[in-house]
This record gives sequence, structure tokens and C-alpha cells, in this order.
Amino acid sequence: MKYIDEYRDEKVAKNLISKLNTIAKHPWVLMEVCGGQTHTLMRYGIDEMLPAKMEMVHGPGCPVCVTPLETIDKAVALAERPEVILVSYGDMLRVPGSATDLLHVKARGADVRMVYSPLESLKIARENPTREVVFFGIGFETTAPANAAAAWQAQRLGIRNFSLLASHVLVPPAVSLLLSSPENRVQGLIAPGHVCAIVGVSQYEALSKQFKVPIVVGGFEPVDLLEAIVMLAAQLEEGRAEVENQYSRSVAAEGNIRAQQLVAEVFEVCDQKWRGLGLVPESGLKMREAFRAQDAEAKFDLHDIAVDEPAECISSEILRGMKRPTDCPAFGIKCSPESPMGAPMVSAEGACAAYYHYRRHEAADLVSIGGR
Amino acid sequence: MCLAIPGKLIEKRETEGLLTGKVQFGGITREACLDFVPEVEVGEYVLVHVGFAISRIDEEEARKTYEYLEKMGVVSEELGAIDPQPVSNQADKP
Repeated sequence: MKYIDEYRDEKVAKNLISKLNTIAKHPWVLMEVCGGQTHTLMRYGIDEMLPAKMEMVHGPGCPVCVTPLETIDKAVALAERPEVILVSYGDMLRVPGSATDLLHVKARGADVRMVYSPLESLKIARENPTREVVFFGIGFETTAPANAAAAWQAQRLGIRNFSLLASHVLVPPAVSLLLSSPENRVQGLIAPGHVCAIVGVSQYEALSKQFKVPIVVGGFEPVDLLEAIVMLAAQLEEGRAEVENQYSRSVAAEGNIRAQQLVAEVFEVCDQKWRGLGLVPESGLKMREAFRAQDAEAKFDLHDIAVDEPAECISSEILRGMKRPTDCPAFGIKCSPESPMGAPMVSAEGACAAYYHYRRHEAADLVSIGGR
Repeated sequence: MCLAIPGKLIEKRETEGLLTGKVQFGGITREACLDFVPEVEVGEYVLVHVGFAISRIDEEEARKTYEYLEKMGVVSEELGAIDPQPVSNQADKP
């Protein structure tokens, strides 16, 4: 497929590795923010091809993973109501809340449906006029315009039995939190290309200036990531800290203005709780007053319940790039994609699931060494 | 979750006030909302995320990047920086 195959070309990838070997003279720690990029790194073994002194740590960029337990509990509570059809993205159905997940609620008879696009939930609402259709819409800046479009279209067409349970997170405040931590080791960032396709690069220019870190907006194919790593290594070796755009075929500097406008019309910025990171100021989006009729939080009486994470799960350290999934005593033993304890094991983009699929042998080696 | 896939726009129309179209990904065709990229024309490539085209792929930028990547390969081959023998050839040896 055009724009995919050429970015998986082995020869080009090898050339990039040899270039990296030439330019990288010092040990550097880089972070890829987005879970999709983590997945590519693991799947193609890119982290294992890098010079030994270069280290990739994985960022918090998996929206499924950082959705608060309380929000999943709210979705579960809504799904259990007989009048509700709860609709969401496939990834969300298996995320464990404090007691259960949406797939188990569905198995017990609740009407839970999976869609590819939020607009499909409007169709479901029209086909079921006596039911309440709630779309559980989560995501980063990439997904917010699509979720906003569903609420906007419902209002415009007067679809009254549709509402949105929204849980949106914004990347820059979380990155800022990570970089300002005294424990921070990250010296260069691969910015999430699809987030930047929407919001542009200006927010990342501010981060790069504030923390004096080089940032490269990167794509999602192996060649994209390798090129972004080469660009970061070059900046670090030359003592530069700028924003560069590796993914210019899909990311314009100003982003997508129309998508930004729709998001601003439907949502406003709010403080947001992240699973694993806690409350991060101004890092989320909530629905504006003008969209109260489409806001599931307002439509149904939903209360916040404070819930604790399983004590054994170290996802907060994993999401902050401080530990690797294989450092967790539960990894692959008590916690697996079939029976996840924490959210990074659920989504295909979660760091734990990526390690489980592609790096389980590392953990197995550790266990066998420990057992000797 | 932020997965977005490049596909070729093969049909463009309006559905209930939204600009929509058919996008081809290899052998699969899917509906996509084009409201965020109204300027896109049939035959061009778009990046699709959860049923919405979020960006028009800039062919010129793609070409520039790729030419740079290919040129870099030629230069490093000339410098002998990469092993000229593919792994598969070595395996064929007795």
C-alpha cells in the first residue's frame, strides 16, 4: 500500500541504523510519546537495533490506558441501565474498571456495542428511538474532533436520544509533567504524529523551548521512527533543541484548523485525572454548556467514586517511563492481555501489551535466572 | 488508539450536511467523513482515523522525504557503511 510499504523498506531502515551508528557518540535517552509508536518499535524490534548506548523509554500516549477507573465505572453503570445502548471503540470494552469491564456486562445481557466511527452511534440512536444511546468517547487530540463531530451532528439533526460520555486527554500537559519531574531522564522526544496532524506543532515548540529538549514530530512506520531517532540524535550531538517535523507528509505546521475549530466549539479545557499520573491541570476536555443535552454526565446522574488501583500494578511508573513492563512482578504471570490487572496490558498500544506480544522472552529469561 | 491509515479517495459526496467519501485501503473500501479536509480531491490520499479523514497526505513532502532517504542510502553504500551482502545470500552458501 502506498505510504506504508515504502516506510517498511528494510534497506532504508538499515541505512538509517548505520547513519545512527555514525552520528550517535554519547548515551541518550529518548521517549516516544504515543502508544502506536511504542507498538511499532516493539513489533519491528527497532529498540534492539539501536546502538547500545541509546535507550528508548515509552510514554503515556495510550488513551485507553490513562482513562480513569472512575470513568470506566461510569460507563459500566450506564451500560447496566436497561434503557441504555452503550457504544464505544473496541479497545474500551476490555478495560477493567474497579469491579468489571464492559465486555462482562455485555455477557450478562447489557446492550454494549462496538463501532469503528462515532458517527455510527448516531445511526444506532436513530434506529432505536425508544432507547438512550451513549457513546463512550475517549482519546487524545487525534480522536477529539471525531467525538466532537458526533455530538455536534446529534445537536444539528436533533437526535435527542444520543449523548456522549467523553474522556479526553491532552498530550502537552502530561509531557510537561514528565519533563519537569526531578526523576526525569528523557533527553529527546518523538512527538505523536497524528496528534500533531490535528493540533500542529506550536505547542511542542513551547515545550522544546521551556525544557531545552529536541522534539521531532514522528510518523508510525519503522522508517519514520528510525528517521525521527536519527534526527533527535543529530540535534543532541550538535547541542540543538528544536522542533523538527519528520512526518511532514501528513503534518502541517498549523495542524488541521477545521478540526481544531470544531473541538473548541464542543469542548473546553479542564483539569483531568489520568490513570497512572493522577490529576494533571488543564490536561483534559469537557463538554461545553451549549452541548449539555448531548453530555451523558449531565443527562444521567453519574457520581464520581474514588477507586484505588491494584497495589501490585506498577502502571504509574510505566506510564511515566520510569520502569519497564518486564520490571513488574505480575507481568506475564498474574497479568496478561487475557486477564489484565492494569490498563497498559489491555490496549494493543499499551506498553505492557506490546512487551507481552513481542518481548515475553525477556521476562521468561529473568524468571529462569531468578529461579536458578 | 491514535492509529490512522493512509488511503486513496475514490468517491466524494455530501450526506446529511457532512462531506463524506469512499476511501480505499489496499483491497478494502471504507466510508469516511471528509469534513476536516474539504479541499481533498478524488485520487488524492488521506489519513483516516476512526472514520474521519484528519489530513490530506502531501505528495510533494512525501517525495522529498523519500528522495532524501534513498539518497542517504546511496551515499552510505558508496562509503561502504553497510554490509553489501544480504543475510539471505549468506544462508544460501554451502
